[in-house]
Amino acid sequence: MSNFPFVPENPKNGISRRRLLGGAALAAPAVAGLALTRGSESAVAESPHRAGHAGHSEFPHATFASGRSVDHKSNGFHPTELLRDFDYGKTRRLAGGRVLREWEIVAHDREIEVAPGVKYEAWTYNGRVPGPTLRAREGELLRVRFVNASEHPHTMHFHGLHSALMDGMPGIGENRGGGQIEPGEDFTYEFDASPFGLHLYHCHVAPLAAHIARGLYGAFVIDPKAGRPEADEMVMVMNGFDTNFDLANEVYAVNTVGFHYVDEPIQVQRRSPVRIYLVNVLEYDPINSFHIHGNFFNYFPTGTSLQPTEFTDTVIQGQAQRGILELEFPYDGDYMFHAHVSEFAELGWSGFFRVGDPSRMPAAAAASMYCDLPWGKGSPA
Amino acid sequence: MEAGARAERGLGGGLPAWALGVIPLALIAIAIGGFALLGGPGLGDRSGPPIEEVAIEQTVLRPGEIELTLRNDGPDPVEVAQVAVNDAYAPFVADGGREIGRLSSTTLRIEYPWIEGEAYEIFVLTSAGGTVEASIPVASETPENDVSFFMLMALLGIYVGVIPVSLGMLWLPFLRRLGPSWMGGLIAFTVGLLAFLAIDAGLEGLEIAAEAPAAFGGTGLVFVGGLVAYLVLAGIDSYLSQRSRAAKGSGASSAGAAYLALLVAIGIGLHNLGEGLAIGSAYAGGALALGAFLVVGFAIHNTTEGLAIVAPLRDEARPGLARLLGLGLIAGAPAILGAWIGAAAFDPSLAALLFGVGVGAIVRVIVQLAPAMRDPEGRLLYPVSVLGILAGIAALYLTGLLVSV
Repeated sequence: MSNFPFVPENPKNGISRRRLLGGAALAAPAVAGLALTRGSESAVAESPHRAGHAGHSEFPHATFASGRSVDHKSNGFHPTELLRDFDYGKTRRLAGGRVLREWEIVAHDREIEVAPGVKYEAWTYNGRVPGPTLRAREGELLRVRFVNASEHPHTMHFHGLHSALMDGMPGIGENRGGGQIEPGEDFTYEFDASPFGLHLYHCHVAPLAAHIARGLYGAFVIDPKAGRPEADEMVMVMNGFDTNFDLANEVYAVNTVGFHYVDEPIQVQRRSPVRIYLVNVLEYDPINSFHIHGNFFNYFPTGTSLQPTEFTDTVIQGQAQRGILELEFPYDGDYMFHAHVSEFAELGWSGFFRVGDPSRMPAAAAASMYCDLPWGKGSPA
Repeated sequence: MEAGARAERGLGGGLPAWALGVIPLALIAIAIGGFALLGGPGLGDRSGPPIEEVAIEQTVLRPGEIELTLRNDGPDPVEVAQVAVNDAYAPFVADGGREIGRLSSTTLRIEYPWIEGEAYEIFVLTSAGGTVEASIPVASETPENDVSFFMLMALLGIYVGVIPVSLGMLWLPFLRRLGPSWMGGLIAFTVGLLAFLAIDAGLEGLEIAAEAPAAFGGTGLVFVGGLVAYLVLAGIDSYLSQRSRAAKGSGASSAGAAYLALLVAIGIGLHNLGEGLAIGSAYAGGALALGAFLVVGFAIHNTTEGLAIVAPLRDEARPGLARLLGLGLIAGAPAILGAWIGAAAFDPSLAALLFGVGVGAIVRVIVQLAPAMRDPEGRLLYPVSVLGILAGIAALYLTGLLVSV
């Protein structure tokens, strides 16, 4: 369901009053011919007040047009599922007792819907944008077999500690099958899981901005040896889409589909720890940010320290910057989260957390804490 | 000659003339039909992504709502997916449907709390990810097209069209006091005024045409309009002069003067139609504040047009008041009509065509007037006439400074 935000069911009050005012203001100058100029000036002076008032009540915030939604099935991935989808790969123990963790990642060209009705020719890892969230534990041996089934050359460039051959960098290692991986070819990257923290991977073929912006990126989580405390964990990759290829994004989002978590708020429990792995891969804009309503979080930049550096409600990230957010929601209700670069927020990078279950509350209580939206009235999506 | 006639007989055989005319048509129809049925053999599919060309035809602002009329100007259908105002997606309803076929149009009603006096940039995102951009330089509520609005536009037309042109005609008694040697100079002055109007209208027409959908002709419409107007007026002219010769009209010179005055009035009227159109659409679009200054400016500007109409009448015995009034209305009243069209149903293609018509009409009038400018030796350009033309251009240029919209 993407009919957000609703058009109020009975907007008649505001409109009829405005019509009346508008008519009166116009009639004046025509009746009194000599008052032509003065009449229209007074109409001008009145208008901003009217326009401002009447408009805002019908416009809670920016949104896509109602009546259609993104076809997640044909996209092949669903942002709500993708949020908590961690890909642990396949593991087996090596002779020395060390864990070997393996994945196979295939690059495909694929048309995806990034906003209701808006198609984009994406380049994907495993058919989804962002690519799978690869998750390992510090000290393991990692092996990623990369198959290029796209029509274009690609690589997988991991942020982490590894040798030059494993860097996924065109021009380095072609003589050993690495470097730039041409269509139809494959290569296996092998490196240690180090350092622990939140990282990312992306294609590094030139033109770089185009290869990244097309969708070739994903989060890469390395857990510390001792693990992290139990929490409701989720991945948010802040991205955008330059649908008309003018080097500026038309659609902004977390996990690809603009306003998705407005249509389907992220369900969480009150007073229960939540951990967000937040990665910024946004191309063409120098910074991105994350802000949460009615709450504060501990922030662990790059996740490489177990001590938070900040207790805040807003963080700014440049491209490829990332960090871990830990928080709890003290109250029930709907809480917005969005880029505090307001432009991005209004072009799709907005969502809601839904704390508690409105359907288990008295209607009056629910109505005051949850969005007055079609999905807010009945059962959550 | 003979060889050609023989060849014709050889090709046509004994067929009647009509059959010879129809056969090529039938063959063309068969060829086109076959080509279409076979899907354009040999051409293959068109490669590349769909071409999206969409023109914004009209922008209307109501409290809390922005309405855009889009016309698909390209070869492929275009589907409107989303709309953002000042970099914020906004809910909208497409009255003509979201899918726009070739040359069709749709109207988007966008819910947005715009604020008077601010500027807005809108982008319409298509299903293919393309964008169509519209800009509102200064937001202001679009007047409703009700009776009072039409009265306002009529009043505006009278202010800037009928009244000043009629006032300008009051110079007639003054002109009559001037010696006959002034006649050439006066006509030259009129020619100068008209030349300025033609250039002005032509440029304005081209400017508007640049925003019009290319599929309907774009800037070409200005030239087509001009050519059509010129030819139609020339045709009417030759028909009328033929008739008057047949009727052996007495007092040929006086009838000629009246006729010239009528022509000038028609040319100026067509120009004022375009001017009214521009004023009406600018007012409706909020780009024009109807200040007293602007109305006064247009009035002074157009007063000189009245002078142009009466200049040929200088030597006429005694033109009736009714006829003078009629001339004033012919020249001035189209401003009212133009303001109505411009405010209620502004269409850049139509406007471009009408501006072209104005230019063609004026050029025709200049051609008509030019002989009356000759001095006794038959010269067209001599010091007095050149000064007159320059004075005419200067008069409109200077008064035009008052109305640079």
